[in-house]
Amino acid sequence: MGIEIEQSHPSVELSSIAISETHGENSPYFAGWKAYDEDPYHEITNPSGVIQMGLAENQVSFDLLEKYLEENSEASTWGKGGTSFRENALFQDYHGLKSFRKAMASFMEKIRGNKAKFDYERIVLTAGATAANELLTFILANPGDALLVPTPYYPGFDRDLRWRTGVNIVPIHCDSSNNFQITLEALETAYKNAESMNMKVKAVLITNPSNPLGIAIQRSVLEDILDFVTRKNIHLVSDEIYSGSVFSSHEFISVAEILESRQYKDAERVHIVYSLSKDLGLPGFRVGTIYSYNDKVVTTARRMSSFTLISSQTQHLLASMLSDESFTDNYIKINRERLRKRYDMIIEGLKSAGIECLKGNAGLFCWMNMSPMLENDTREGELKLWNEILNEVKLNISPGCSCHCSEPGWFRVCFANMSEQTLEIALKRIRDFMNNKDRKDIEN
Amino acid sequence: MKLLSTKATCNSHGQDSSYFLGWEEYEKNPYDVVQNPKGIIQMGLAENQLSFDLLESWLAKNPDVAGFKRDGKSIFRELALFQDYHGLPSFKKALVDFMAEIRGNKITFDPNHIVLTAGATSANETLMFCLAEQGEAFLLPTPYYPGFDRDLKWRTGVEIVPIQCTSSNNFQITESALQQAHEEAKKKNLRVKGVLVTNPSNPLGTTMSKSELNLLIDFIKDKDMHLISDEIYSGTVFTSPNFVSVMEILKERNDLKDFDANVSERVHIVYSLSKDLGLPGFRVGAIYSENDMVVAAATKMSSFGLVSSQTQYLLSAMLGDKKFTRNYISENQKRLKKRQRMLVLGLQKAGISCLKTNNAGLFCWVDMRNLLSSNTFEAEMELWKKILYNVKLNISPGASCHCTEPGWFRVCFANMSEDTLNLAMKRLKDFVANNNGEECSSNKRTRSTQASRSFSRKSLSNWVFRLSSRDRHEQEER
Repeated sequence: MGIEIEQSHPSVELSSIAISETHGENSPYFAGWKAYDEDPYHEITNPSGVIQMGLAENQVSFDLLEKYLEENSEASTWGKGGTSFRENALFQDYHGLKSFRKAMASFMEKIRGNKAKFDYERIVLTAGATAANELLTFILANPGDALLVPTPYYPGFDRDLRWRTGVNIVPIHCDSSNNFQITLEALETAYKNAESMNMKVKAVLITNPSNPLGIAIQRSVLEDILDFVTRKNIHLVSDEIYSGSVFSSHEFISVAEILESRQYKDAERVHIVYSLSKDLGLPGFRVGTIYSYNDKVVTTARRMSSFTLISSQTQHLLASMLSDESFTDNYIKINRERLRKRYDMIIEGLKSAGIECLKGNAGLFCWMNMSPMLENDTREGELKLWNEILNEVKLNISPGCSCHCSEPGWFRVCFANMSEQTLEIALKRIRDFMNNKDRKDIEN
Repeated sequence: MKLLSTKATCNSHGQDSSYFLGWEEYEKNPYDVVQNPKGIIQMGLAENQLSFDLLESWLAKNPDVAGFKRDGKSIFRELALFQDYHGLPSFKKALVDFMAEIRGNKITFDPNHIVLTAGATSANETLMFCLAEQGEAFLLPTPYYPGFDRDLKWRTGVEIVPIQCTSSNNFQITESALQQAHEEAKKKNLRVKGVLVTNPSNPLGTTMSKSELNLLIDFIKDKDMHLISDEIYSGTVFTSPNFVSVMEILKERNDLKDFDANVSERVHIVYSLSKDLGLPGFRVGAIYSENDMVVAAATKMSSFGLVSSQTQYLLSAMLGDKKFTRNYISENQKRLKKRQRMLVLGLQKAGISCLKTNNAGLFCWVDMRNLLSSNTFEAEMELWKKILYNVKLNISPGASCHCTEPGWFRVCFANMSEDTLNLAMKRLKDFVANNNGEECSSNKRTRSTQASRSFSRKSLSNWVFRLSSRDRHEQEER
């Protein structure tokens, strides 16, 4: 029972960070969520509700996790010869549970087809990749400095990298002319751009595989990026949160592999971010990591992780799960297959509706091209179409402008956060929408 | 090379302080009743290990909860996907009820005003980000928890200006000390945004009096600033006076029609389950505020340090069991009281006294001024090292808590068995007796001072040697 407080007099100041909008939550990305929250689809109770396709969650492999838990109850309990409750409850060492770090390192190796090695002593644990990215930004850059980030990028970066850190994002513009690949030219342009705004560039931050594009970055491009950051003497952060969601293991090249092939020359400038939120579908458990080849970064990140440690209860659970090799081998394989199947389904479905997508090979979403459908080849045109799709077709998808895409008309559409049946219904709605549009065009 | 940020290269993380060296020495030579009976006994760690059996027995009676089941059904998927920064509603409800229970149900908390964070460490930093700009300041009464130097200042760029408290009045906060601190900040051109107190106090182990609390509220009213009350030890009050939360004082003043809307919006509470429940590993902290803007901003910021949904669920069930919590709170307090008595008596037998107002916390604030070779912090450090290397006890020197008077130490009592505590007291008794034995005459005194000086020189060089091989395990504790 709160007391009604009249807000007439100016209340005591909060910080500028607290009142700024840099948390980014007024963007359309979040507005779509609200529309979904107010009218969520349910196959029985609300079959005409909004279908959520703006949420990059992986719900296709929970049964594998549930089976593991059923067969290995010691992972979620204590005692019986394993970790005691007392020991686990007291464990707040910011180095993290050794068994968990080892299991994590080995899991990261498996995902990369054992093409790169990870030293568990270089793993720093954080409560999610959200925390990992912010932490790295605090460590690598000062307020006013800049990070170069290729567009389109994950909308959350605007908050994660900038809000409390005071660091700027300067976009590396990518476009459809070459399937949105990062070019040296684009890198140089972005760098000069930052300089012209009097910002010191401290790092390039890439997401590989890319969100929202859904593709793994090609080896030659990674080599170029590595050479670029070396030339400019800056850092490279590679957010590999979707590394386990690549449909075919050969197609993903981690920057770790390239560094190994270069005998770790200049590796000190490279830092990898990972998380279990996408590959394992566990965003609620808050499990992120920073893997750095730079000793000072590892030490500092570890100290800073005090602000964002992973619950030791959760570390205990996952140490058990991820050190079970037969489980992880099987999970990685099956998860990939199921994601590929979903991807094929959505691509086919969209094709039959007359919509093309970027040819992807990873992630929990596809990058859909609706530019032919725009009334105006502008951001406004894109938002108009987005609104139509949200309110008439009742699908929440993510408009490219919320990802800072320089070309209007592209949308990110998630496919792994719903049942196959729901996906079918969504695809049908799109087909109907496109058919109606065609009919209207013909009539006009 | 690749430059790192100023934050990364500065020392504001505070981990080069000698405070952490004690921990390191302990790690190299930890006491174990069987394996290493001559090892160092850890008395610098404010952990509550006295009531785990109560938690374990609850878990044994409720096996489904840890197994992600609710009413026999698996809710694993639901929990795995739950990352809403508003927090699990059932957990927030259980938590605010628990907080109310600890305060004798004299106040109630609204679950919509609570923000969950990964530990109080995260909560305190988040409040700094919300309430102050880089370069602004908060006033903190000394002595205070050494971790604040990192938690409040490191990434936020906020400054701490001390409110000097002294033993003359058992380290209570006075009006003049507050004003002096404010003046001090002004001189340094620092804009003060608020006061942060820990109540019950760490390292003093005392609850704040009603008059202190009223003083603080008057002060922040007058100066237009915030008040943060870190009540992380609120459940550890084991003897009178009872714990009085700042929220209670606000309610009293409201009831007396001394209501000031502004003030209620400027008081924020921090809480955590790390001390009362002994669960530091689970990272459960909270901010409670009646200020909607603070709650809104802090909630978004909590994205950077959410509590694992697995843990939220476990604790929503445990804390939702009112029979359990009522029993836990009272039993835990009884055990803490017994332990504290043991420590106090043991110290007494060694001729050492502690703050007589100690009625809370997991430690005593111990007066070793009469053991100092001189009334200086150098002497305090000397004594600390002797106790660490010769007596083999790791305790926390007052200097690391920014105490203005040398000679005070924080000694923890709840993170070991009774036998270990008794052994620690025996060692201390022997140490003091040996020290005293050498002070019968001034000649002997000179000899002893010389002996202790040359001794400390020896230990100093060993110390320096150890210093160069450090940096393997830096750990902090409250």
